[in-house]
Amino acid sequence: MESDNPLKYTPLYDLHVSLGAKMVPFAGWAMPVQYPLGMLKEHLHCRAAAGLFDVSHMGQLVLEGRNILAQIETIMPGDFIDMQPGQMKYSFLLNEKGGVIDDLIVTRPIGEDDKVYIIVNASGREIDVAHIQKHFPDVKVTLLNRALFALQGPAAAGVLSHFCDAPEKLSFMTADKSHLPGIGECFISRSGYTGEDGFEISVPNDTAEKFARALLKYEEVQPIGLGARDSLRLEAGLCLYGHDLDKQTSPVEAALIWALGKRRRAEGGFTGSENIQKQLANNGINRKRVGIRPDGRALAREQTIIQDEHANPIGIITSGGFGPSVGGPICMGYVDIDHAKIGTPIFLLVRGKPIPAHIAQLPFVPHRYVKKG
Amino acid sequence: MPQLRYTKDHEWARLDGDTAVCGISDYAQDALGDVVYVELPDVGRTVKAGEQIAIVESSKVASDVYAPMDGVITGVNDVLSSNPALVNEAPTGQGWFFKIKFSNAAQHGALMDEKSYADYTKGLHE
Repeated sequence: MESDNPLKYTPLYDLHVSLGAKMVPFAGWAMPVQYPLGMLKEHLHCRAAAGLFDVSHMGQLVLEGRNILAQIETIMPGDFIDMQPGQMKYSFLLNEKGGVIDDLIVTRPIGEDDKVYIIVNASGREIDVAHIQKHFPDVKVTLLNRALFALQGPAAAGVLSHFCDAPEKLSFMTADKSHLPGIGECFISRSGYTGEDGFEISVPNDTAEKFARALLKYEEVQPIGLGARDSLRLEAGLCLYGHDLDKQTSPVEAALIWALGKRRRAEGGFTGSENIQKQLANNGINRKRVGIRPDGRALAREQTIIQDEHANPIGIITSGGFGPSVGGPICMGYVDIDHAKIGTPIFLLVRGKPIPAHIAQLPFVPHRYVKKG
Repeated sequence: MPQLRYTKDHEWARLDGDTAVCGISDYAQDALGDVVYVELPDVGRTVKAGEQIAIVESSKVASDVYAPMDGVITGVNDVLSSNPALVNEAPTGQGWFFKIKFSNAAQHGALMDEKSYADYTKGLHE
């Protein structure tokens, strides 16, 4: 839903326009959906070399308060108190029913014991801050005014190593600060949302364009728009908030149990934990997120109805499109738990016709995260 | 080269004897972006000008394709099912969609010629 508020612009807006990007409104921001290379080639380039994404629309929050890790455990299901400095965790803000208010990444910074950094969705900027502030009036919540880049793909580490030693030091889901000559202090993490090795880099606004242009000078690096970002994350089996995740959906239904800390699952004690513990007990959910492969080449898009062989509705597609690396149509959706087993034949109601498909393993393309040590 | 004529819905038709070879325009493929799926009509189907008879899908959007003329479908470009990118690469050549054995040649003359179509698509941007 687009509001009447004027669009917001990231520090890279002028760069996108000068690169020939097609700009579209996205969650209140003017964002590049594709560059002249086109979605398909941008996608394939990112998997083959490296892609630079402007993700400055996402919210970069800093929470500061006493025992901050223990505090956030009351509203999120992750095991935070055992995190090492520099470690990151994928987690959620949950409502009382265990539904997902937003999905996010929490980082315990090195050498700042009363702080956590949290990256939230663009759509969650205001909602999440209000939610956190409501629960913790004494915690100082700051929304950083900085650019955020993602540099993703097998060539990302090589390119970034021309600027700093982060690729040498960081393993998947760890982060540290780094001073880049001529750019300033950056907060760099080895993370991303493409399934590839890569980095997310928080950059000062005033040097963001300079740094982006410096990265784009390397022939391995192409700018990548939101279109390819979506097909990359779908192939990687990763959820898009507002589509694959929402307030009516719990992490258990979303097949994200791995993101619930083991200790937290047993102990509970977070918003929504009662319902989640119930769901984790025997057969506690009726529907589950699954991967789906249409058997033909026709695409099944979001909101497509899923049927069984007797034309009974059994679920709905929440993300669907073409997977350029897969070379065919791919989807994620929710189905009745009885139809969630990999290989189960199903039908997708496309333009009034049931097209054959089956439940498939996620991710569609293997993750290539770099884990060290 | 026989003349290409265009509909307002961005199909083109080129006469070849008693048959019209049809596809979507360069403007249409550019607006769609990377074509990843094409659904073509059955051979032998009788079609009316303006009737929706095919579908072209890009990574962004699915779009209907209409018959430019009355007639019977006598052939479809099966290569598009395995190589839909031909629509982007050669929209008015190897990326053709279907052939219609037409029943009313005058319908072709009523479509836009290259210049009228160029003016028409220019107007869509303003």
